[in-house]
Amino acid sequence: MKNSALGRRIIACPYYVWAAIFIIVPLIMMVYYSITNPVGEFTIDNFLSLGKYSKAFLLSITYAVISTIITFLIAYPLSYAMTKLKISSQRMILMMVIFPMWMNFLIRTYSWISILANTGIINNFLVSLGFEPLKLINTPGAIILGMVYDFLPYMVLPIYTAMSKIDTSLLEASDDLGCNGWQKLKKVIFPLTLPGVVSGITMVFVPSVSTFYISQKLGGNKTMLIGDAIEYLFNIGPDHYNVASTLSLVLMVLILISMAIMNRFTDETDEGVII
Amino acid sequence: MRQNENIVSLKNISVAFDGETVLDDINLDIRNKEFITLLGPSGCGKTTTLRIIAGFVEPDKGDVLFDDNKINGVPAHKRQVNTIFQRYALFPHLNVYENVAFGLRVKKTPEKELDLKVREMLKLVNLTGLEKRKIDTLSGGQQQRVAIARAIANNPKVLLLDEPLAALDLKLRKDMQTELKKIQQQLGITFIFVTHDQEEALSMSDRVVVMDNGKIQQVGTPKDIYNEPKNAFVADFIGESNILDGVMIDDRLAEFSGKKFECLDSGFEKNEPVDVVVRPEDVDIVPLSKGMLEGVVTSITFLGVHYEIIVDIGGFKWMIQTTDEQFVGDKVGLYIEPDAIHIMKKSEYSGKYGDYSSYSEEIDHLSDVEEDEN
Repeated sequence: MKNSALGRRIIACPYYVWAAIFIIVPLIMMVYYSITNPVGEFTIDNFLSLGKYSKAFLLSITYAVISTIITFLIAYPLSYAMTKLKISSQRMILMMVIFPMWMNFLIRTYSWISILANTGIINNFLVSLGFEPLKLINTPGAIILGMVYDFLPYMVLPIYTAMSKIDTSLLEASDDLGCNGWQKLKKVIFPLTLPGVVSGITMVFVPSVSTFYISQKLGGNKTMLIGDAIEYLFNIGPDHYNVASTLSLVLMVLILISMAIMNRFTDETDEGVII
Repeated sequence: MRQNENIVSLKNISVAFDGETVLDDINLDIRNKEFITLLGPSGCGKTTTLRIIAGFVEPDKGDVLFDDNKINGVPAHKRQVNTIFQRYALFPHLNVYENVAFGLRVKKTPEKELDLKVREMLKLVNLTGLEKRKIDTLSGGQQQRVAIARAIANNPKVLLLDEPLAALDLKLRKDMQTELKKIQQQLGITFIFVTHDQEEALSMSDRVVVMDNGKIQQVGTPKDIYNEPKNAFVADFIGESNILDGVMIDDRLAEFSGKKFECLDSGFEKNEPVDVVVRPEDVDIVPLSKGMLEGVVTSITFLGVHYEIIVDIGGFKWMIQTTDEQFVGDKVGLYIEPDAIHIMKKSEYSGKYGDYSSYSEEIDHLSDVEEDEN
């Protein structure tokens, strides 16, 4: 037994090296930057200066919560409907959900600009029908649309996986015990798909709360999200690395806290459904 | 309600899945408070019949009556029946208590009444003390008990059991058979039990429905089914039997294996070709001089209670169960009492079940645990 444990450890070696170089070292650097000033002296000024970013934090969290809720509201019924179809149709829809992920994230976001722009596809169509053009791009709605579109697959996949794993005899048992459709959803299907829901929410919320590109391209430069702030600070020069690191650290802690809260819901079930 | 009134009636039920006939004109009346078993090999339609009563399958043709009311189209959740599923289908996200309470909570039963009922049910199935346990920490037998408690907590008029004991080992299965029978008598409700295990069917049921090929082959008490099988299929499926080609020469006189035998059957036409059934335990081994038939012992299996020997009589291999030891190659005489001979009309099954020349294979085949997935 000891030998095989050792063997396993040796096989895992590349992973440890990888983790050390790309996860542990950057983390240490981030923490180091966040508690020092540009000349390398220890300071807590970075943390004290975060106050002016509170609006960005709040906005990021608000947008992330809204887009997570919307992706959930789309993904859950979609997954449920999918499991009612033939296997071949299920694969087809799953393919369509995954397909956009094959394209570059930036290109996908850019394509929404050409759809939503003032002289974009939608507005050209409206104008050709004789309507007034709508203000679509550079609105909060456009940012949320971009987030929902980009992150939807991360919600659909875990929920669909959890949903399709439900044994049909459990659904029959709930029919048998007197559940109507709604009770069956509430008492059996939802609890059984909860681990998938939690994975989905985590996988959508985390990138949403830290995104910067979507807000810049679809929101104009009016909305400063926390991701935008971090990117901006890193771009203007090494003197601002410290505050940027502090922002990143705080954001990371916020994400960890929200994940811990989410995971409380699935404490009971030992196997998470992450693909 | 009188004891013998019908609680469920199936009238001319036919079902096909993807063009393949699963049930072909089934007619069956199930009496109130009886323990009735649907017995047959895989794919005979027994599970489909059960699922029609439960409301999971709608028949293409025919009516389902419950308490004399037509219930075609009534969804499963509105029927007064509950099912014990083959693999129990317990809710993995709920503990034992909540599984049993499930149906009562759906019906919004007041908490006090619910608690009393759940505890009563757990006591009935001997699971008191395991209320808080998670389903996956229970043994197969315990899960089985939870499934029973969960189903009967809803006071169904009819309990449907879909091969509930198939996943248990032999010893546990025997115990659960006794226990199920006890629970049925205690509750005084109708049990409709599905199995492919003929022994289980014979030992538990008030009546047995033997099915094959989507048709009911015979309905009767376990004794009727065993002693008076209607055709070669029933004779072969229920217990061991030597099925021979014969001719009914006259009332109470049959001819087979080249000899004439006295029997108790009558009502056939003169010289009508028939199937003759002789059960292995009804044949006596006697000295050659006293035998009605004679043959050579070709194989012997010691089974503890008795020997199972194969005797070749004019090329037809008989199976005989005897407590006297014989040896391969011995010439023996066979004696058959008139009441040991059962005459059946020829049917589509005639000639399908040969002799015991390929006996060992048949044992292998029979011992396969078959699962009925319709």
